[in-house]
Amino acid sequence: MNPAGPLLSVEGLVVHFDAPRSAFGPAAPPVRAVDGVSFTLARGRTLGLVGESGCGKSTTGYAILQLVRPTSGRVVFDGTDVAALPAKGLRPFRRRMQIIFQDASASLNPRMPVGDLITEALEIHCLHRGAGRGRRVRQLLDLVGIAPHLAERFPHELSGGQAQRIAICRALAVEPELIVCDEAVSALDVSIQAQIVNLLQELQRELGLTYIFISHDLSVVRHVSDEVAVMYLGRIVERASRQRIFDAAAHPYSRALLSAVPIPDPDVERARERVILIGDLPSPANPPSGCRFRTRCPEVVEACATKDPPHKFLAPGHYAACLRV
Amino acid sequence: MALLSVRNLTTSFATDQGLIRAVNGVSFTLEPGEVLGLVGESGSGKSVTALSIMRLVREPPAKVEAELLDFEGTDLLRAAPRALRDIRGSGIAMVFQDPMRSLNPVLSIGRQLAEPLIRHLRMEAAAARRRAIELLEMVGIPMAEKRLGSYPHQFSGGMRQRVMIAIALSCNPRLLIADEATTALDVTIQAQIVELVRTLTKNLGTAVIWISHDLGLVAGLCDRVNVMYAGRIVETGPVREVFYRPAHGYTIGLIGCTPRVDRVGTPLKPINGLPPNLMDEAPLCPFLPRCDVAVPACHQTMPVLRSLPGGHSAVCLADLTSHHRGAH
Repeated sequence: MNPAGPLLSVEGLVVHFDAPRSAFGPAAPPVRAVDGVSFTLARGRTLGLVGESGCGKSTTGYAILQLVRPTSGRVVFDGTDVAALPAKGLRPFRRRMQIIFQDASASLNPRMPVGDLITEALEIHCLHRGAGRGRRVRQLLDLVGIAPHLAERFPHELSGGQAQRIAICRALAVEPELIVCDEAVSALDVSIQAQIVNLLQELQRELGLTYIFISHDLSVVRHVSDEVAVMYLGRIVERASRQRIFDAAAHPYSRALLSAVPIPDPDVERARERVILIGDLPSPANPPSGCRFRTRCPEVVEACATKDPPHKFLAPGHYAACLRV
Repeated sequence: MALLSVRNLTTSFATDQGLIRAVNGVSFTLEPGEVLGLVGESGSGKSVTALSIMRLVREPPAKVEAELLDFEGTDLLRAAPRALRDIRGSGIAMVFQDPMRSLNPVLSIGRQLAEPLIRHLRMEAAAARRRAIELLEMVGIPMAEKRLGSYPHQFSGGMRQRVMIAIALSCNPRLLIADEATTALDVTIQAQIVELVRTLTKNLGTAVIWISHDLGLVAGLCDRVNVMYAGRIVETGPVREVFYRPAHGYTIGLIGCTPRVDRVGTPLKPINGLPPNLMDEAPLCPFLPRCDVAVPACHQTMPVLRSLPGGHSAVCLADLTSHHRGAH
């Protein structure tokens, strides 16, 4: 363990998915889900990864965990490039990096009582052998606010919030350092969402966890993140501290995205200037030349079509990929 | 005269486990051109209220009862099926969350646009086609004439929802019900669709009921808002009254647990516990087990609707003036 360096450093991450092979005609171009993503994340911090459907935020999360293998690029976790490791060598790292999905009832085995679901995680990684294992399961359930008698229940007997607590519990069981939360609170009603958000924040303080919080909901991201990266068509277009991104976003896409989020306050909401983008997201199999956002950008100039904008330094920790900033 | 009057609407579903009261005594009126928000969480009865008004819940197993269910002088509860079909689409139109499931996948967009025009407005096929092109242009679909022959799967999610809106507004309904119509869309597309519906209905003078779990959307769009919990309207009033001077424990809870994109710092205040089981008829306020502002009287009597200043009323026994934060 190297406590000085960042826990995670992603360099030039690329994930391309081949299009289904057709027997006739030329092969379709691959879908460029993630197309050159780089960032570092310090221990104990939360990075919010935001963007719309199809921007590659979930694929980035999966590629960090090696759930999909990157096409190229490095994923350096605590000093080791896990993208270069063979499947066998990944086992110890799997314990240290976990994921929580959106739909807990779909990610929990419906035929196993929840207590067994958590025990299984301990068995796989040979943790807390013998009598200590049952004690550890009860302790873990307590940690996520689940009463011990619920350990006998099956996932379908739980409410959505309880099922998400079990998913969190199972991720925590193996004592990870990094947890990718992939839309982990998006399917929940706000009153339950607030319970889970608070739980994730308490656990982070208690256990020193590092989160990558993937979400399309910018209000929640503002609430949980230390830093935010905005993605568009497989690229990070802007990255900054929470305060900078929400108060001084520089990239036109970040600004449009933020202005589109409704605010539950009638006077504020009605007084706002809203940037309404024209059109839909282009296909990630055939992204526009130059800047990928140029087809929808309200501030586009001629140079945007030919020049791929590099990340420009704006302030410590604040970068944006736009020719006009 | 009110466009829509609903008094004591109750919709229950018979199940093997017992009777589920999805809507439990809902009353409200809607004036022509008014924009009403219906907010609440999953299972609060928002959608079933709308479907009951449209008489689109299957009976049995459901049972829809009301003292009054009146749309422009027609008793929707006792109207003949044919009269109801006349109202659906031309009097009241509805846009649902998932356009892929409400559009017919095997019919062209043009055919689906023409259908209500021919059925309700008795248009000839050629006139319906011309009108369909105008409607597609109205909702901002480029190359409208070419797209008439396209099928739903050839459109993006946002474009499909535009088509749904074109169909819904094609016969100039007096009431449009948007049931989580933008929930499945990305925020930038949601902003497009919301703006489209807002402008079109304003120009046409259409009343709108926005059903949404998103308080922000309702805050920006609605004149009045009904807050629903456990099948009941627990609070109703002008949107500024409800957001700045909430008068029900649930509304306070809902506002307190909703994160805001324009603000940091304040920890979220979750509402503890879970929504009640709609099978058990509660003799007390259904929100009591989760309420942070309950007073001793809450444990003795069922609250009734109490009128407050500003055209605002709530079903709550607690005095909540100390929770009001006022306008900015």
